[in-house]
Amino acid sequence: MQPAVEFRKISKAFGAVQANADVSFTINQGAIHGVIGENGAGKSTLMSILYGYYRADSGQLLIGGQERAIRTSHEAIALGIGMVHQHFMLVENMTVLDNVMLGSEGGFKLAAHRKQVEAKLREICTRYRLDVDPLAFVHDLSVGAQQRVEILKQIYRSANILILDEPTAVLTAQETASLFEILRLFKEQGKTIILITHKLGEIMEITDQVTVMRSGRVVGAVDTVSTSKEQLANMMVGRPIQSELPRAPFKPGAPVLQVQNLNLVDAQGVKLLDDVGFTLRAGEIVAIAGVSGNGQSQLMEILSGMRLPTSGRVDFLGRQLPYAGRAHADGLPATFRKLGIGHVPEDRLRDGVIKDFSVMQNTVFGYQDRVRNRWGLFDFNAIAKRCSHLLEAFDVRPQNPDLRIGLLSGGNQQKVVIAREVSAQPKLMLVGQPTRGVDIGTIEAIHTQLLRLRDEGVAILLVSVELEEVRALADRIVVMSGGRITGELNIEEFDTTRIGLLMGGMHKS
Amino acid sequence: MKKTELPRWATAFVLPLLNLVSALLVAALAIHLLGESPLESLAILINSAIINPEGLSYTLFYASTFIFTGLAVSIAMKGGLFNIGAEGQMYVGGLGLTVALLTLDHTLPAWLLVPAAMVGSALFGAAWAFLPGYLQARRGSHVVVTTIMFNFIAADMMNFIIVKYLIPEGQQNPASRVFSDAAALPQLNTWFPVLGDTPLNISFLIAIAALVIYGVMVWRSSWGYQLRATGLNQHAAHYAGVSISRMVIVAMLVSGALAGLAAVNSVMGSTHYLSLNFPAGAGFVGIAIALMGRQHPVGIFLSSVLFGALIQGGFDLSLEKPNIPQETFIFIQGLIILFCGAMEHFYGPAVLKLINLGRKG
Repeated sequence: MQPAVEFRKISKAFGAVQANADVSFTINQGAIHGVIGENGAGKSTLMSILYGYYRADSGQLLIGGQERAIRTSHEAIALGIGMVHQHFMLVENMTVLDNVMLGSEGGFKLAAHRKQVEAKLREICTRYRLDVDPLAFVHDLSVGAQQRVEILKQIYRSANILILDEPTAVLTAQETASLFEILRLFKEQGKTIILITHKLGEIMEITDQVTVMRSGRVVGAVDTVSTSKEQLANMMVGRPIQSELPRAPFKPGAPVLQVQNLNLVDAQGVKLLDDVGFTLRAGEIVAIAGVSGNGQSQLMEILSGMRLPTSGRVDFLGRQLPYAGRAHADGLPATFRKLGIGHVPEDRLRDGVIKDFSVMQNTVFGYQDRVRNRWGLFDFNAIAKRCSHLLEAFDVRPQNPDLRIGLLSGGNQQKVVIAREVSAQPKLMLVGQPTRGVDIGTIEAIHTQLLRLRDEGVAILLVSVELEEVRALADRIVVMSGGRITGELNIEEFDTTRIGLLMGGMHKS
Repeated sequence: MKKTELPRWATAFVLPLLNLVSALLVAALAIHLLGESPLESLAILINSAIINPEGLSYTLFYASTFIFTGLAVSIAMKGGLFNIGAEGQMYVGGLGLTVALLTLDHTLPAWLLVPAAMVGSALFGAAWAFLPGYLQARRGSHVVVTTIMFNFIAADMMNFIIVKYLIPEGQQNPASRVFSDAAALPQLNTWFPVLGDTPLNISFLIAIAALVIYGVMVWRSSWGYQLRATGLNQHAAHYAGVSISRMVIVAMLVSGALAGLAAVNSVMGSTHYLSLNFPAGAGFVGIAIALMGRQHPVGIFLSSVLFGALIQGGFDLSLEKPNIPQETFIFIQGLIILFCGAMEHFYGPAVLKLINLGRKG
């Protein structure tokens, strides 16, 4: 049988950066093929070449045995290639049906065509067990269902080769399982799937072959059955990865943060936080596990002063945090920072940095009042000195303080944020999704920093949707679901199944 | 190395220059259609606005007003606010100045009158900008809409106040009484006679000082850092502890105060009385200047001088070439706003291609 896709010596450079160098491998018809690599390894560039966003500088691309030059995504779709992006390309206030029809309306009048498409969609949904109502509005659907709409769209456009870019990043364990079921059905029908991910567990679970990329090159191509997670990780990073990072024995100190009966009700009357309470002590990492969107973000926002709770009490080092008597949280984060609360926000680009500011300017972001002289003016010498010290200590690359931070990779941006918050010497550190969109090598560096901070006696509250990360860092785990705390356990009791059930809302009993 | 974005020198100089040349080319076409020679007209314009010392001093006189309105729009823009209301704020600022002078111009000495008038104009200008700022900060009413409306309100309110209260008894001209001589700004030609008969006065120097202070405040102070953060990303600014609503209000107050200060040059430097519609569009020119000067002090200065030159040169041009109406200036101004504002990055891709070609070759 002809391979579905064959890359032959594909090279692509962006200026001096060689994004792909002599990439050659084949993807078999009817296989689930994993492509893994760190950020910047060249996976996305390669897929963009396959999907017609970029053209290779040299090399050949064979689809079904024939050499093709794919110039636009329309040509890719015509060749039966479909792509499900990490960020969904859906119009939220339109129905599933209209989203699918968008771009292939089939004439000036919609009504007649709509009936046909609807019938076809229902048929596809049954055949692939997609469980999506074509007439539902996209904004009413869960993230998992929205992803199924994307898949539905590709099947409707008769995609034979489906590219999925980090499809499980936003899914719960259960949603991931059902996605994989759909992918297996897909495979049974003889279709080909290219799965781009950095989650090694998923690669092991579902793929047939894996291609590992590093700095634009293929560094390994193996059958999944003949490899292991450790081997893949080592190939990806190019050096052995420590699976267990060193940490001091667990000796928690005095309580730093005491949260009691914390409630948050939004304008529509939905309870986002429901009677949340827990204690965090010095020198301990408490991880809040849960599927994203279950109140963790709101909890972090309240604890960092970015948002006011509806009711409840929070004590920090024995003093009540000043939520009461305020109409809005404007300026409150500055107060909290002065008290000694550091915050690594989960949405780095939205909250944590100003993309258009230089790296140096971002190293004082949030602490701008600590670096001014008595005239209110910045002491640029001191800022520059401090910045170069931080860039070196936290190994930020490139070490150029004048570069716009938006030009740094996600991992290096995150290092800047963590360096900034750590250097303020907080008593409490709020850390949201510290390694989201960050490559393995950097994950290790970030985890090492957080553990060092813990060993120095800082209380750390970690929110993560990655159970691997929770396991690697936490001393204690608090599980949240639907805005409530559904369970608390020590790290020795770590048990994926139990945590999964708690995350799904099964209350402690 | 292939670049994916333009280097700073290109965005700061090449693009504005290309945009300006484009605007002038279209203007040249219009002048050609009016039956006049564009080159000759340009020569007249340059000669009368730049080369002739008296003309140049008029250019700088107009520029002094524009620097203030340009600064007003720029500082709001740095905070992410598009203040369309500099015109109205300048107008109301003129009222503040007039109130101060009408009460004090026979009692205070000259060196105190000027600061008093400046305080009055800044306060009134700021007050006029406060409500749009407050509504934006606390109620989410878009500042563009409210400031446009406030321009209309200011125009009618000033009309009412001037006609009802300020016209001296027995006068027909809709204007206040003439201020005492003590309230006239010291003119620069007393020190530099070469400037000739010109209203150019110390407010030009005050404007230069304002540019410097603006530069320091926006780029070197903690406040300016927070202002720019707010303008670029409100979520992040909130995270960093900036009180967004307070920052929005303060930015609008400063913006309104600067617009109000623009009245000082116009009223105290030239007419010496408050007249109907004295801003004559200077507030709107401020928008063009802020866009074209990219809110940078040097850029604001250069574009203010350019607009001053266009007014001065355009005036002489219409005298010498009867076919070219005086409104041509407004036409060119509109073109510059179109090319420098709305189509700011029009030439970006082409320039980028050229730069990359140049690097390869």
